[in-house]
Amino acid sequence: MKEQLQALEKEALQKVEEAISLKELQDVRVAYLGKKGPITEVLRGMGKLSKEERPVIGELANKVRGQIADAIDSKKADIEAEELEKQLAEETIDVTLPGRPVPTGGPHLLTSIVEEIEDLFIGMGFEVREGPEVETDYYNFEALNLPKGHPARDMQDSFYITEDILLRTHTSPVQARTMNMIQGERPVKMICPGKVYRRDTDDATHSHQFTQIEGLYVDKNVRMSDLKGVLDRFAKQMFGEERQIRLRPSFFPFTEPSVEMDISCKMCNGEGCSVCKKTGWIEILGAGLVHARVLEMAGYDPKVYSGFAFGMGPERIAMLKYGVDDIRHFYTNDIRFLKQYHQA
Amino acid sequence: MFVSLNWLKKYVDIDQLSPEDLAERITKSGIEVEGLEHFASPANNVVVGYVESCDKHPNADKLNLCQVNVGDETLQIICGAPNIATGQKVAVAKPGSVLPGNFKIKKAKLRGVESNGMICSLQELGVEEKFVPKEFASGIFVFPEDAEIGVDVTEPLNLDDIIMELGLTPNRSDALSMLGVAYEVAAILDVPIRLPHTDYHTDEEKAADQVSLTVEAKEQNPYYGAFLVKDVKIGPSPLWIRNYLMAAGIRPINNVVDITNYVLLEYGQPLHAFDFDKLGSNEVVVRMANEGEKLVTLDDQERTLSSEHLVITNGKEAIALAGVMGGADSEVTEQTTTVLIEAAYFDGQTIRKASKEFDLRSEASNRFEKGVDPNRVRKAGERACQLLQDYAGATVLDGVVEYDQLDYSEKTVTIWTSTINDRLGTNISNDQMADILRKLNFNYEQDGETFTVYAPTRRQDIVIFEDMLEEVARIFGYDNVPFTLPSGGAQAGGLTKQQELKRHINQFLEGAGLSETVTYSLTSKERVTELVSPEVAEKMVSSVSLAMPMSEEHSTLRLSILPEMLSSVAYNLARKQANVAYYELGSIFISKEEKVTKQPDEQLRIAGALTGEWLTHPWQQEKKVVDFFVVKGILEALFESLNIDVTFSQAKVDGMHPGRTAQLFINDRAIGFAGQVHPQLQKDYDLKETFVFDINFDYILEIHENEPKFAKIPRYPSVTRDIALVVDQSVQAGALEATIAHAGGELIKDIQVFDVYQGEHLAEGKKSIAFSLFYQDPERTLTDDEVEASYQAILEAVGKEHNAELRG
Ligand SMILES: [Zn+2]
Repeated sequence: MKEQLQALEKEALQKVEEAISLKELQDVRVAYLGKKGPITEVLRGMGKLSKEERPVIGELANKVRGQIADAIDSKKADIEAEELEKQLAEETIDVTLPGRPVPTGGPHLLTSIVEEIEDLFIGMGFEVREGPEVETDYYNFEALNLPKGHPARDMQDSFYITEDILLRTHTSPVQARTMNMIQGERPVKMICPGKVYRRDTDDATHSHQFTQIEGLYVDKNVRMSDLKGVLDRFAKQMFGEERQIRLRPSFFPFTEPSVEMDISCKMCNGEGCSVCKKTGWIEILGAGLVHARVLEMAGYDPKVYSGFAFGMGPERIAMLKYGVDDIRHFYTNDIRFLKQYHQA
Repeated sequence: MFVSLNWLKKYVDIDQLSPEDLAERITKSGIEVEGLEHFASPANNVVVGYVESCDKHPNADKLNLCQVNVGDETLQIICGAPNIATGQKVAVAKPGSVLPGNFKIKKAKLRGVESNGMICSLQELGVEEKFVPKEFASGIFVFPEDAEIGVDVTEPLNLDDIIMELGLTPNRSDALSMLGVAYEVAAILDVPIRLPHTDYHTDEEKAADQVSLTVEAKEQNPYYGAFLVKDVKIGPSPLWIRNYLMAAGIRPINNVVDITNYVLLEYGQPLHAFDFDKLGSNEVVVRMANEGEKLVTLDDQERTLSSEHLVITNGKEAIALAGVMGGADSEVTEQTTTVLIEAAYFDGQTIRKASKEFDLRSEASNRFEKGVDPNRVRKAGERACQLLQDYAGATVLDGVVEYDQLDYSEKTVTIWTSTINDRLGTNISNDQMADILRKLNFNYEQDGETFTVYAPTRRQDIVIFEDMLEEVARIFGYDNVPFTLPSGGAQAGGLTKQQELKRHINQFLEGAGLSETVTYSLTSKERVTELVSPEVAEKMVSSVSLAMPMSEEHSTLRLSILPEMLSSVAYNLARKQANVAYYELGSIFISKEEKVTKQPDEQLRIAGALTGEWLTHPWQQEKKVVDFFVVKGILEALFESLNIDVTFSQAKVDGMHPGRTAQLFINDRAIGFAGQVHPQLQKDYDLKETFVFDINFDYILEIHENEPKFAKIPRYPSVTRDIALVVDQSVQAGALEATIAHAGGELIKDIQVFDVYQGEHLAEGKKSIAFSLFYQDPERTLTDDEVEASYQAILEAVGKEHNAELRG
């Protein structure tokens, strides 16, 4: 009997070894360890054995069972691992093939610039206000110290609809409207972005429609040095910490004194190059202290209140920052141009 | 304004600075120097020579063989200029000299005869052709007789001059004169100024005995001065005057004209010279023109005048359009001997009107328009008389015949050091203030920190305190103003609700794959009526057009963003960019009047246009071309992101595909449309199949609530039932869905179409639409009976309302 069991063990282990699939392994398990299997058969014949032999054979039979079961389990793990490996190998893809595209869009460069400037001034406590693009002569000119017949009206030949209604030539009327609404009751600190229109023939540097952002701060004790400080912060955040600014006297009817702000040229670091016309400086915006008559017309007492205003063109800023060489690019909407500026 | 630095040196010392540094200082102090150019280039080995003899070249008809004395030697030079003659003094480039353009002069043989140099024209010395006096334009330049033989021509011809171009803002018309620029430079550099002298001898004969003056248009002409000079010999003006005129960009003509131009540039005061013998009378009358009165001006054009034009007359007829242009009849010519010099102050607005109307903008009109200095009017006349006496042999008659109601008063402006410092944020002392006023050459009285400033009449721009604030700031220097930040109470800046919503919508649409455009608000009269949303068309009465458009293309304000956007799409298509997906958020302009008298309503709209492939992934055989449902999907998601219910219903919109267009509604209010552009219009624009949308942003803003409301996350599972219904083809999914939602009761939380089918196994004219119904109660688990009851109710309702049957 002992020999019988040992032979069975050998035979079963051999079969386990030979099995190549889980199914075959299961067959081996059923064949040798099942209720009708040979080991069970052997144990059934134990009644014929002597009292001394019974436990010895019993122990041996269990040991053989255990050996076979262990071998099956171990083989099963091997086969499973193999099969998984095979499956994974079959599932392998070519990761260098192109991915499924997602439709992508993005903002217009002008909107990006305008929002960047808005956020920058919001950070300094400015509100963002907007107003109509079709304006009255009063708000566009008269309230800004530009009475009819004023020579400076020539500077910005306008698109009139009637004698009193026109397409605004700047966003300053929004400031006039806002001040008029508040009537000198509290300070104003605002910027107004928007579209403006002038009688210019469209070419590389002119556009009959363009964008403007103007700013206004009216309060008690607003000083030229405050304007300088605010503009310096703007220039450094917009164009880089290394940029210097300078103010030069200029003329605008709604400010007095009026200044123009230049920043040191980024191309040559102020040494002088073709971009800055060898001056080392690039003109960025116009500004000044709000004209006393403008304050008065809007209901602010110029003896109590003072203020500063500034205005800039996002197209010009975009052209300087990104080297755009023709203002018409902003309005042609060539998808290849637009997409260049969709990256953050 | 072109400023010759050599000329400027007559009035102020500027040699301490390089031209570049001077330009920088002037720019920083308020007048922008826009350019710094060499007038010509300094000559190199070019001297004044005397033509001792001039004979025909033995072998060439058109050439001359000249012997030219250049001081230390006599050179034989062959010259082809038609105006060469014996006895002339000319500019000789000696062998070894280099002319502009790196043109090297060498000894040479011309047709067998030796030539040792070149006799030069002004152009060959680097002077621009348009400034060269006419008599020398096509030949060599001839010096006046007194030119010194052998000297370098650089100085006599002013070749080393540097021209500074000033960009003047409207307030700085004081710098439209050399003296004005000199005052500015004197203030900046803190140097003294030298004024020109105007002394001359006068004849015993009195001007007043020869001519009488009447000014009728007193308001338009507060000052008129007539000077008379006789025995004038017309000829070239002295070289230095010609040089300065050329440097300033004016071509020399003859001594009388050149002198009036010279004084114009020097004093900023335009003068006019009449040939007194051709005046037609002995009187000057200044009046407004008669309606329809005719005048032939210097340019030989006949001008028809109106009562708004100021004219100088001889008592009978107009002889000049005041301040703008003289008449041809009284023009100074070679034969002129007696000249009437007019020095007058004309009203700026009157002159502007005339110069604009006749398109006769000139150096003179420009200065009158901006206002000349009252104190320089008579002075300029005197300066002209002095120069005519010195350089045109003139005898000046005694006195000036004048009418004078001019206001010579200086404006008084009071300033306080403390107020100036408050406005500038500076710390200027009283002494510094006084110093600044002294540099400016302004008279003032000081009492502690109070300065009473008398603004000189040359500075008409200084009227109020702020004007003086500007003067102080610019002379003190903006670089010396500190950087501060506003001290006022901290105020929270921010965006309005409208701007926040705009940004949200922009970001959403960009995330959904659309690119933002910025198109023109002005479109053509033809395009403006296209693709106008029905609810806009209903409201508007007329479109808003410009009174004087620059082109038909941009003549009318848009009623829809789409026409200009579609033009942009076509632009891309024409450049092989077939896949375009655009959106724009911008204003349209709606007028409710027949004839526009008020500002139109401005309404913000969100528009978009999509064409071509929406998504392609070729190697996985995936390709989605833009269709109605791509657009609708984007819009549905947009409105979901805004938590707004929107419905789409079949609609007919002008310019749109009749079967593929929906109108959009929020709370039963029409807010726009979406769909395919009509194939006919697509063809007009050169487009392929293009889908568009156009929605009222303002209404969305009106109803949008910023804060999303919190809804509990359901704790109990939902139950899903599917229902497939067979209906007539005309029945729309939206209608079925509405019935299902109504009949199904409030346990239905969502209804989704998952299949639409027509064809085999279905009767002709029928289609099947299958819905998934999602039931849920947030408070408990649903029972089968409840769901079944709802399901039966739905079946009954769709049967009754839509003749729908359960698909077998
Ligand atoms: Zn540079």
